[in-house]
Amino acid sequence: MTQDAKLFGYGGRILRVDLSKAAVRVEPTPEKMAREYLGGRGFVAKILWDELPPGVEPFSAENKVVVASGPMSGLFLPSSGKIEMGTKSPATGLYGEGNMGGHLAGELKFAGYDAIIIEGLAPKPCYIMIDDDKVEIRDAAKYWGKGAFETEKMIKGDLGEDFKVATIGPAGENLVVYAVVSHDFGRQVGRTGVGAVLGSKKVKAIAVRGSRGFELADSEGAYKKGKEMFDACFALPGFEDWTPYGTAGVTDWINDIGAFPTRNFQTGYFEKHKNINGAMLKDRILILDKGCTACPIPCGKYSRFNYKGRLIYVEGPEYETIALMGGNLALESIEEVAYANYVADELGLDTISAGSVIGFAIECLEKGVLKPADVGRDVKWGDTDGVAWLLERIARREGIGDILAQGVKAAAAKFGKGSEKFAMHVKGLEISGYESRYAPAMMLAYMTADIGGHHNRAWAITYDAAVGQEKIEGKAWKVIELQHVRPLFDTLGLCRFPWVELGFELHHYADMFALVTGWHYSWEDLLRVSERIWNLTRCFNRREKPDFGRADDLPPPRWMEEPLPSGAGKGHLMSRENAEKMLDEYYALRGWDGNGLPTPAKLKELGLDFVLEKVKLGA
Amino acid sequence: MRHFSQPNPKRSAVRVTGAFPAPGKYSLTYCDQCGVCAEMCPTQAIHEVDDHYEIDPDLCTGCLICVDECPQGAMFTHPDEEKPIKCVSCGDCVAYCPRQAILDQDGEVAWAGVEAKKKAQTAGR
Repeated sequence: MTQDAKLFGYGGRILRVDLSKAAVRVEPTPEKMAREYLGGRGFVAKILWDELPPGVEPFSAENKVVVASGPMSGLFLPSSGKIEMGTKSPATGLYGEGNMGGHLAGELKFAGYDAIIIEGLAPKPCYIMIDDDKVEIRDAAKYWGKGAFETEKMIKGDLGEDFKVATIGPAGENLVVYAVVSHDFGRQVGRTGVGAVLGSKKVKAIAVRGSRGFELADSEGAYKKGKEMFDACFALPGFEDWTPYGTAGVTDWINDIGAFPTRNFQTGYFEKHKNINGAMLKDRILILDKGCTACPIPCGKYSRFNYKGRLIYVEGPEYETIALMGGNLALESIEEVAYANYVADELGLDTISAGSVIGFAIECLEKGVLKPADVGRDVKWGDTDGVAWLLERIARREGIGDILAQGVKAAAAKFGKGSEKFAMHVKGLEISGYESRYAPAMMLAYMTADIGGHHNRAWAITYDAAVGQEKIEGKAWKVIELQHVRPLFDTLGLCRFPWVELGFELHHYADMFALVTGWHYSWEDLLRVSERIWNLTRCFNRREKPDFGRADDLPPPRWMEEPLPSGAGKGHLMSRENAEKMLDEYYALRGWDGNGLPTPAKLKELGLDFVLEKVKLGA
Repeated sequence: MRHFSQPNPKRSAVRVTGAFPAPGKYSLTYCDQCGVCAEMCPTQAIHEVDDHYEIDPDLCTGCLICVDECPQGAMFTHPDEEKPIKCVSCGDCVAYCPRQAILDQDGEVAWAGVEAKKKAQTAGR
């Protein structure tokens, strides 16, 4: 590969770590890829498409983990700390990707790298140590088996406090398909089991220290623009109102509109919600607002509390954990939710999927699908110690935990007896914190998200509330718009919260992008890139699952068959007919065929013709 | 960012160190312009300018005695810099710390965003 022209705003290099050969190689970041896919999520999607053999087994040597920062990560502008990680997901068998904040994204670029491609399988536990140009695959025997935070602390102690460290916990080591990658004592790449794929490769951690910095096309302009962006952010009303609570602040509102997942999504209203909301978090356990790189609105709520005589420190709980481990398991105090949060974090489990899986297991016990003897003990709603006990069994894959470690879809297939009806997932990924029977746009967002049941691609629930929660028609365009805007932040290496939560104006980002890279993309040009990536991940899913299409976009049976029994959405459901109607509208607006696949014309328009060599589209 | 024309916290004259999981806090290392570096500098390369001390790069020999002698530990080095990096009281950290963790000498900042920052901080406690 020849060296392209200097890329401003980029580290300029990609690090390839081949664990099977214990070899490390540095490659230039291709300018063409940077211009067409920008970074972050775009790099993850393009590299996985190009480099994974079709149909690759997620835990095999041929699967890869791509870690990527974006061209705007680590910059002097509001909330520039997001790093992206992706792989073929062991949870869904489809495109897998997640992102996290903290300080790793900038640090990687300060070391001179835009991305790390991790491939092969290590023969024994190892960690990847990156200190500017010095890169080593080191022995991790002493860290293996340790908790995610414990490992981070040990590695920082061994290498130096200024290393930024990402780790996996026991759940990742034991290939739990919803194992996370953890960083900065409370930030996680939560979804799709990236931690499990690292575990399969025996990579316990990635430690990075960078001293270089990187050049910008117009550094003086970018500095001025950065100041303008911070000033604009401080002046927004949400700056004062939102920051004190972080994401936990939406708990009451979500419950009020009938969308708070309760007892494995049996309903959308939790009667004890005031015990576990943002105000409770702030009043009872919060000790520190913890922010990521350059963040003026730190959503990280660092907590300390006493749980049955143990002093516990944990970052959170944030809203999704409050939803899936609070309402969904009917835990009744903020301390209990925070305790479950802590146990899951240290084990390296995704609190969303784990909360859903345990809710499913409790409902199986409640309905007699499982007997206490099958589980090893009875666990009921609100049973915090039972929840913690199950989290341990899952992470260690002991007893029932071995089945639950494979997610609700696989567990329901194993348990049978009608449990498939209340296994709450889309495409095999457990649904995050929004009960959507009375929020059709949000439901469509879940149905069509490329990784499965996750809200981050399109948090459309505010649109449902704005235009009417009953309304089915006319919502698809908004879901599509959000599916381009929100993942664009993941592509640029930024956090979307200044925009989502404070209403920060989007044009700032295009202005800054031009100053950073020297490339004059309008906001619409950037959205076009996001649409390109969206269509590429859709094709990736089809390539990995040859019959992938419309049927994979349907919501779980509970949402189509059981009316909500309580709360603001009482009586509502999403009929199969309405779900199909929403999909029709969505596919048409996207320029996709009736089976939900991009047409050749659409692919050509987006510069994606090359996918046709590797995938058969159509019905 | 302002002084080196690139984003690079390793060249910053303010450092933040976290202590996690327990006790869960950040500590700051920064220069309080005490002047000990100027006293200790063997080539008198550090001078008082307005309200702060600055290194004269023409006189500095890069001996790094000031780094060892700084009572705050706030004289920093970087692998690509022969000479130490010192705070010049530019005020950017004060203006852009969203939590008002850093204030100037009078505890005041003449800057429009300060009221909003104060409110966000007190509401958060």
